[in-house]
Amino acid sequence: MDTFLGSFTFMGDQLPLLLEKTGQHIWMCVIVVAVSLAVAVPLGLWLGHLHKGEFLTTSISNIGRALPNLAVIAIGLGIFGLNFTNIAVALLITAIPPILSQTYLAVDQVDPDLVRSARGMGLTPAQVLLKVELPLALPLLFSGVRIAVVYVISSATLATVAGGGGLGDIVLGQATYGLEGVIAAALWVAVLALAADGALALLQRVLVPKGLRTAGR
Amino acid sequence: MTQAGPETPAGAQDIVFDHVVKTYPNATVPAVDDLSLTVPAGEICVLLGPSGSGKTTALMMVNRLAEITGGDIRIGGRSILDLDPIRLRRSIGYVIQQTGLFPHLTIAENVATVPKVLGWDKKRLRERVGELLELVGLPAGEYGRRYPAQLSGGQRQRVGIARALAADPPVMLMDEPFGALDPITREHVQDEFLALHARIRKTVIFVSHDIDEAVKMGDRIAIFREGGKLAQYDTPRTLLKEPADAFVARFVGADRGLKRLTLTRLADLADAGALTPARDADAALPQLAADASLRSALSLMVAEGTDAVRVTEPRGPADGSDGTGPVLGVASLDAVRKAGAA
Amino acid sequence: MSAQPVIPDYGDPSACVARDATFCTDWFGDHWWNLFWPALVQHLELTLIAVVAGFVLAVVAAVLCHHKSWLAAPVSGVTSFLYTVPPLALFQLLVPVTGFSVLTVETALVLYSLYLLFTTILTGLREVPEDAVRAARGMGLTRWQILTKVELRLAVPSLISGLRVTTVMTIGIVAIAAYVVDQGLGSLILKALQSPFNTQFIGAGALAVALALAADGVLVLAGRLLTPWARTRRAA
Repeated sequence: MDTFLGSFTFMGDQLPLLLEKTGQHIWMCVIVVAVSLAVAVPLGLWLGHLHKGEFLTTSISNIGRALPNLAVIAIGLGIFGLNFTNIAVALLITAIPPILSQTYLAVDQVDPDLVRSARGMGLTPAQVLLKVELPLALPLLFSGVRIAVVYVISSATLATVAGGGGLGDIVLGQATYGLEGVIAAALWVAVLALAADGALALLQRVLVPKGLRTAGR
Repeated sequence: MTQAGPETPAGAQDIVFDHVVKTYPNATVPAVDDLSLTVPAGEICVLLGPSGSGKTTALMMVNRLAEITGGDIRIGGRSILDLDPIRLRRSIGYVIQQTGLFPHLTIAENVATVPKVLGWDKKRLRERVGELLELVGLPAGEYGRRYPAQLSGGQRQRVGIARALAADPPVMLMDEPFGALDPITREHVQDEFLALHARIRKTVIFVSHDIDEAVKMGDRIAIFREGGKLAQYDTPRTLLKEPADAFVARFVGADRGLKRLTLTRLADLADAGALTPARDADAALPQLAADASLRSALSLMVAEGTDAVRVTEPRGPADGSDGTGPVLGVASLDAVRKAGAA
Repeated sequence: MSAQPVIPDYGDPSACVARDATFCTDWFGDHWWNLFWPALVQHLELTLIAVVAGFVLAVVAAVLCHHKSWLAAPVSGVTSFLYTVPPLALFQLLVPVTGFSVLTVETALVLYSLYLLFTTILTGLREVPEDAVRAARGMGLTRWQILTKVELRLAVPSLISGLRVTTVMTIGIVAIAAYVVDQGLGSLILKALQSPFNTQFIGAGALAVALALAADGVLVLAGRLLTPWARTRRAA
């Protein structure tokens, strides 16, 4: 218990340090998630719209899951050396697969009758994708994004191994900051992950069409 | 139509509903309200009614999937309330619409489910499974090791029936068993079940919402109205001829006269001496085998614009559509009408 | 771990090691039995204990929630909360309670595994066709028989998919567990990270990836063997 109390003292004393590391942490995650969204969402939508690439997306998702972060960073150290590229690659490998596979699944699973009736009403393929498939796919798509964001926040703690900064500097820096510091930073990472997940859940509520809310829990 | 044998069949037992009431928790009106009827041993009783009329609830009370809240049900004189529900259910065959076949078990394993939990030895089990699959026309050698997903809808339903018969129960409950089949397959499986029933003579309670199926399958029909009340309990013939009230009349339909024609065959007309001898002039008349119903005869007359059909000895597959045997006589429109009104 | 030699002192350097190449196969081979194999076995042990314990807990929880559906929301809420906490943070937060021990590692791994296992198993149970359960009840199977002979059997595909995700994920997290206990492939990686000599951490990293892929493959195979009925569906 003393350690936990000590960690709160640490938070008070070292607030500027924690805020600085949190800033780095969030910045790193935002970049990686933004790149992942830009790559995986359009690709997933497109493949799902065509109902092609199930094998590709599930393979990517399985392999992405099967690659332990630390192992990827370790191997990356050999290939890219001690720099941000290494971390970015490791985090992208974490973030892209869930977004890609969930987006694909979300569009692929849209009721074919709805798509057929939309086409029957004269909507163009782009309109079908944007007005019918995308809104219906949002709940599942969001679940993929939430998984990815939580994974990235969690994995970014390891960035310190490759000199990437972030809260991991403290979580894995017991020699420098003591167990109190480690616990304090661990709490911050946990809160950060929970807060990000909660914020996305709220955003999902706002964005997902009302008629789908019960289905998109 | 099956005719109940004069003597009580050995294996079957009668089922008595004695002022049965079922009120679900939190419901203000009962789902089944004061139901009293007796299903004689070896007969098929069809429970018929619109959805929400309590017919399925009435069925489920027999194997205590729904517990009765008033009155009593007796099978072969014993109250079902005196029996442990698990043991009771193992002694009753149960067939439902979606078959409820276990997709992870083979056909043979599905059929063996109840005997297995009853602890039968392997040899007896295998013999029983073989016998039952043979009985429903799916030889174990060919079908036993397949999985339900590899069968057609009609075949699955036959396996469902075989499974229900596995422990040789005296009573069978069938909840819209053929409801999910296409019309042609359904007709076929209905015929098969009637032929099977003629051999095994179980007491059957059969839920349906289809009057035509009820008329075809039932020795007796119990018509339910909303609120779980029994509107009429009679043989199909009486039900169609003398509906007890406006509700029953509406439910059996304005064409109940036509439906009654399905209960009589041209052969019955021949037996009653209602056919006129065929003359040379009748050679142009459309002809029909004697095992066809009066309704088919009437339909043929309307279609061909005649007022009589030639009746022939049935031959080949007894589907009644084509008569190729020797001519028995001529059935006139008048004779058909009179027989239908009788 | 700060004062490590530039090249870990595991014996006389070979030509490859002296050159400081990216990956030295001979060094990897030479140290397979004294370094990599024991770490691999430890890694597998840590993973298995966590997955088996988590699986048992999750099955019990899912079965309870399947029968008492009001339980599902709170259980799902708590497990998803635990799942959202980054595993590295979860390890560190448990250290003051259970110390730098295997117990800490396994507790965190189990807590972390519960959410995915629980949700997949519960989904599997809920997707069991209602008519199969009704028929089973009508035929007089007891609740226990229905659970073991019908519901859990039909939920096997879901159980396997939950186990696959969880096992692969756990193998990845066990690598990080080396920050808490000096075991498994992660500890080989951490010990070598500070040095410019690559072979040890690349080798250990590659082994962790291989272990995850192999475990996934084994579970896929087990799933096929346990669900002979699923294979026939397409042929029907």
